[in-house]
Amino acid sequence: MGYAIEARCLTKKFGDLTAVDSVSLSVREGEIFGLLGPNGAGKTTLISMLVTMRKPTSGSATVAGFDVVKNPGDVRRSIGIVFQDPSLDEELTASENLELHAAMYGIPGQQREARIKEVAKMVELSGRLSDQVKTFSGGMRRRLEIARGLMHFPKVLFLDEPTLGLDPQTRAHIWDYVRKLREKNGITVVLTTHYLDEADLVCDRIAIIDQGKIVAQGKPAELKGKLSADRVTIHCRFPARLKRAVWGQDGILKADVAGGRLELRVSDAGRKMPAIVSIANKAKVAIRSLEIRKASLDDVFLHYTGRSMRDEPASAKDSLRIRRRAWGRGR
Amino acid sequence: MKTENHELVAAYFIWKREIIRFLRSKSRIAGSLGMPLFFLAIFGMGLEGALRSSSLGGSYLDFITPGILAMVLMTASVFSGAIVIMDRQFGFLKETLVAPVRRSSIVIGKSLGGATTAVFQGLLILFFAAILGAGVHPSSWLMLLLLMFLISASFVSFGIAVASVMEDMHGFQLVMNFFIMPLFFLSGALFPLSSAPEPIRIASYLDPLTYAVEALRHLAIGKSSMGFGLCLAVIAAFFLLSTSAAIHLFERIES
Repeated sequence: MGYAIEARCLTKKFGDLTAVDSVSLSVREGEIFGLLGPNGAGKTTLISMLVTMRKPTSGSATVAGFDVVKNPGDVRRSIGIVFQDPSLDEELTASENLELHAAMYGIPGQQREARIKEVAKMVELSGRLSDQVKTFSGGMRRRLEIARGLMHFPKVLFLDEPTLGLDPQTRAHIWDYVRKLREKNGITVVLTTHYLDEADLVCDRIAIIDQGKIVAQGKPAELKGKLSADRVTIHCRFPARLKRAVWGQDGILKADVAGGRLELRVSDAGRKMPAIVSIANKAKVAIRSLEIRKASLDDVFLHYTGRSMRDEPASAKDSLRIRRRAWGRGR
Repeated sequence: MKTENHELVAAYFIWKREIIRFLRSKSRIAGSLGMPLFFLAIFGMGLEGALRSSSLGGSYLDFITPGILAMVLMTASVFSGAIVIMDRQFGFLKETLVAPVRRSSIVIGKSLGGATTAVFQGLLILFFAAILGAGVHPSSWLMLLLLMFLISASFVSFGIAVASVMEDMHGFQLVMNFFIMPLFFLSGALFPLSSAPEPIRIASYLDPLTYAVEALRHLAIGKSSMGFGLCLAVIAAFFLLSTSAAIHLFERIES
């Protein structure tokens, strides 16, 4: 199977700031590939180079077999883009938006009408084609943007934060469409998100990007597997005594006492728990409660970047974006 | 599949978008025609008696009708060029910028679309002027329409050029106040330049709208203080200049 995207040492500098720092990655055809990282990590800049909106400072990349610097026109014809910010004309109807897009992407006149109906059906907007976009909810707008991105039969679909500012139910819906797309059309999807749980659910492979660099790459399960540790929290009377008792046991990688609880990092925690409980009984430590958390992408992120993604405050621009979307939905 | 035809089709649909947006915004039409209507009705009727001077060679209403027409064409056109700023603010601009079409096709589509809507508004104002009693008897409607179209396309391009370098709507207000109003007042739309003092007359000759007003007078009421050929040459030059500026600056927009 070929590669839909190959980037080699792709770098983008803005003055002194290196937004994307020598990124190399390959995305296979038909794959759903996630770019994961906090705000300002360089996800959008990386995407904007791949979609030929910005020229790389150095390095090279091919998308759908075309060089992003030498053949930007061919790249643009082979890709669909859903931007982070809304980009529909609200005064136009859904079908007028799609029609304009079809015309700009050179879809012949006699095919336009049929294709509009087709993509509208894909995102379940068939009944709303002749309504003005300003009457649409946030989720409907996103779906329409996805439909628009698909109009010209792209080989690769780029989705930049497609679920930002949407409610959880709508987000789940959007991901459903993305998965179906891949199943039905075999299209390659590259998406960015900072909702780790969503990436875990949707992506075949992910790359974690932080401060312009890719710090980890692989299947979500592999990345989590590499951590080989689940978190176990034990609330008990004498956490320090329990720590001494379990420390050194097979599979216990880390043990910390914090307040009235013991925090453990345990590989394959589910199997180790009975042993830990019986050790606690022998040591006469009464366990009040016990909690196992399987390694999540949050942990992976923390592991590779030393920071928790949830600590990142939303930037002013992001909160503006979210507010604007919310405002758009209300009307 | 990529042919010149594709660029034309793209430009046509950009044109169509302008028309659709125009037809959907009834309030915009009413708003943009309100001011020139007041000018026509109040100046035209109110000053009629006071200004029955020989230098006009006819009624004041007749005299200002082409001037007001030029004003409508200019403001309507510059505003539709300004759509670029709105598009940027509401995100739609990106969609056009990443499309596999030449930026010049987009500019041309926008310019023709904006000009079409401006000419339509111009015809409305001519109609109202005729109701008020202005003597609008163009020797050739076709020529008049073509001229109106050329003037409008020039000013849409001017608007696109300005909007391409502006970040938000505030800057555009500034341009409107410091360009549009002086251009209008200096153009001889409201008073004959021959009776104006020297400095004003010189400034007027630097104003492209002056030539638009005089050319329109030629065709709409058959009287003008300038040669039609000269006017047409200046307008054509202004058209080429503003269109190439619009294309150049629009191409430079970083998406």
